[in-house]
Amino acid sequence: MPLPSFIPFKGLSAGKFKNISARTLFLIAALFINFILLSIIIWLTVKSAPVWVEKSIPGLLLSQVWFPARGGFGMFSFIIGTVLSTLLAVILAAPPAILSAIYLHEYASKKIMTAGRTLIDLLAGIPSVVFGLWGIITVVPLVRNHIAPAFGINTTGYCLLSCGLVLSIMIVPVIMLMVIEVLDGIPNELRESSLALGATRWQTVKHVVMRMAYPGILSAVALGISRAIGETMAVLMVAGNVPAVPSSVFEPVYPLPALIANNYGEMLSIPLYDSALMFSALVLLAMVLVFNIGLHIFKKTARYGGQTS
Amino acid sequence: MKGRIIEEKIFTLLMAFSSLAIFASLILLIGSVIFKGAPALDLAMVTEAPSGGFYLGKKGGVLNAILGSFFLAGGAVFISLVLSIPIVMYINHYSSKGSLLNTATRFSIDVLSGVPSIIFGVFGFSIMIILGIKASLLGGMITVAMLVLPVMCRAVDEVARLVPEELPESVHALGATRYDVIKVSLRQILPGILTAIMISFGRAIGDAASVLFTAGFTDEMPLSLLQPAATLPLSIFFQINSPVAEVQNRAYASALILTAVILSISLSVRIIASKMKKKVVK
Amino acid sequence: MPHVKVNKFNLYFGNDHILKDIDVSIPDKQITVIIGPSGCGKTTLLKSFNRLIDLQDNVKTDGRILIDGEDVFSRNADLCSIRKKMGLLLQKPYPLPMSIYDNVAYGPRIHGLKKGGDLDGLVEHYLKEASLWDEVKGRLHAPAGNLSLGQQQRLCLARGLAVEPEIILADEPTSALDPLSTARIEKTFIKLKKSYTIIAVTHILRQAKRIADYVIFMYYGRVIEHGPASKVLENPEKDVTKEYVNGVIS
Ligand SMILES: Nc1ncnc2c1ncn2[C@@H]1O[C@H](COP(=O)(O)OP(=O)(O)OP(=O)(O)O)[C@@H](O)[C@H]1O
Ligand SMILES: [Mg+2]
Repeated sequence: MPLPSFIPFKGLSAGKFKNISARTLFLIAALFINFILLSIIIWLTVKSAPVWVEKSIPGLLLSQVWFPARGGFGMFSFIIGTVLSTLLAVILAAPPAILSAIYLHEYASKKIMTAGRTLIDLLAGIPSVVFGLWGIITVVPLVRNHIAPAFGINTTGYCLLSCGLVLSIMIVPVIMLMVIEVLDGIPNELRESSLALGATRWQTVKHVVMRMAYPGILSAVALGISRAIGETMAVLMVAGNVPAVPSSVFEPVYPLPALIANNYGEMLSIPLYDSALMFSALVLLAMVLVFNIGLHIFKKTARYGGQTS
Repeated sequence: MKGRIIEEKIFTLLMAFSSLAIFASLILLIGSVIFKGAPALDLAMVTEAPSGGFYLGKKGGVLNAILGSFFLAGGAVFISLVLSIPIVMYINHYSSKGSLLNTATRFSIDVLSGVPSIIFGVFGFSIMIILGIKASLLGGMITVAMLVLPVMCRAVDEVARLVPEELPESVHALGATRYDVIKVSLRQILPGILTAIMISFGRAIGDAASVLFTAGFTDEMPLSLLQPAATLPLSIFFQINSPVAEVQNRAYASALILTAVILSISLSVRIIASKMKKKVVK
Repeated sequence: MPHVKVNKFNLYFGNDHILKDIDVSIPDKQITVIIGPSGCGKTTLLKSFNRLIDLQDNVKTDGRILIDGEDVFSRNADLCSIRKKMGLLLQKPYPLPMSIYDNVAYGPRIHGLKKGGDLDGLVEHYLKEASLWDEVKGRLHAPAGNLSLGQQQRLCLARGLAVEPEIILADEPTSALDPLSTARIEKTFIKLKKSYTIIAVTHILRQAKRIADYVIFMYYGRVIEHGPASKVLENPEKDVTKEYVNGVIS
């Protein structure tokens, strides 16, 4: 923006100098945050290069053999652990979270809505260790003593099911908050228009509100998924951490974040071990980024179903 | 005709049931932390560091971890604040909406806020190796600062947007430089920055995965930036993994402390935010 | 006997007494225009007719609003069938997020179109009623959001007509529109009053003069005066009404 030629400020030269130096500073700061993202990606790629150059990427991703001391760095069971626990969490969390958000926003009175939203907001801030702890106190015994026996199965309780349950409770607030925000953005007059035609509330929700909200709701679910993929502490505490492909929900899993948390930083003298852990971090990051970037693009393009007015 | 009434009933029931289940389990969550943690919570927990044999059930508390967490989160929030204000200023006042760096910066903020904290932990650890520092309070601060930077940027950006367009314009009209505009904007958004600080602090103090490799863990008080420091989330994690029942109970007590700290932060944020809204409307 | 009758109707938002002792009958098959200064309760009264006011929190009412002799506020009133009797036009057009065709078909569909019903015929019929057919017949399946504002408002009218209401409620239906679109809506209203009872709120006195058969003047939640348009607009009895129609207060 051009400065006007007449500048009634006293410290003119000093002001101009400050303006220029501030601009440089701000530019550097903006470059810096881009640099962080780039360097994370580059760093993980470079540091994991030794292992994926030697073993090939498909070889690593598809092999189930995890035996670092003998050079077995197959990631498959960890990837499956992450995929299954995330999938289970989303299946358990998304439908009730979406339904409950709709209930709060479209059915409940303003008071209940505000109270509910506040509570959810508070719970979204609870750290994952606390969720993990709660998993150990409540969910693991529940699975061990009640749910598994009901199917006639013996389990320690540290298993895929517990992991999915704890994750689902963690992402419910995440999904709900975003769905509520999306519903907030839909003009009330649309609901009025539908109701005025004699539609029931549910018809209005189903045919009008959901039609407007579904891109946003999908983004909310994607956000929940990306949260679940990257969650570490809670998963580490309840998943059981056995590197194998589980044959039922009552068997332990070993998601990628737990693998990293358990082994990274110990700097064992096993060749390629460090590089393999970097590779697992890269895989994890890639999984999260796919969802995040997808969500980003989706939010940009699909805001409220092509409505123009 | 009847069909839609039945459908309405079924879905209302489903929705009410979902809400009930969700709120019940969330209340159960808080409830069980309080129920399990409160009995083990005594004065020593918050006033003493672990003494010898703490992890075998002997005396002591988690003051070192409480202080460590506060120092670490405080330092991290400070670093990220110092970085985020110029970043937000840049994307709001110093670059045009469509420009490459502006778009890229907004994109980076969005993407970084979704990067799992364990990745920051791994990356932070690598940076520390390059810088030649071992697991320490400083290492943790740098790592957690990266973790909360996007959170901070978003929160600061939120307030920066609250500043009405006319304000910068009217200052511009007086012939001021952008630097002056920013001074005026900053005064407007100060309460918002306070909220941003608290939100980031809440996020920073609760994260464990990022400090696992970078801050280390110790029974000593956190007195030096270059020494390892205990943190509350990790102390919870280590205590619950102990086979001794008393130590496990202390994990619950520590979780109660951490939850209380975080909940009171988010409550104060809400109070400040609602006060701020009133001001803006007026 | 008129089929819309308001009987000692009061409405409160929390402790605010918004509508006070409204007592008025709406003549059938005419255009009744409600006028009054901003905030006097016109919208609130209009939304009381089809109970959209229920969407607000803390609403209390007493008295009755009778449609065909049935009190819409009675406990066992069937909201859906009451609302179906009234088409609604809002200040701004809000087409539903679907095609032009689906907008008009929305009402018949949610009410369970009778088997073998001719949906295409219905859509065409009501688009014609709303004087929109000629402009859209070639692009029925385009998104409704692509239409101009004026066309959107007529689409909303067609959408309302498609559930076969007896009454049309309109809350400042032309306030977002340009003069030409306004004129088309007004013309359509005058055409429609042969078969519908129309209740419209307006801010514009000249519009009231152009279309009103019957006028209700409201002031601070009360009906001050009501009667045939010529009388209320040209020769009001009350001083406040005089001041309002002369533009002293607004
Ligand atoms: N949800 C609500 N809660 C409390 N008060 C309300 C609510 N909605 C409207 N009011 C109040 O009720 C009164 C009547 O409002 P209403 O919208 O009916 O006025 P109006 O005559 O339609 O005005 P306008 O010409 O500006 O549209 C106003 O004083 C308004 O402040
Ligand atoms: Mg109004």
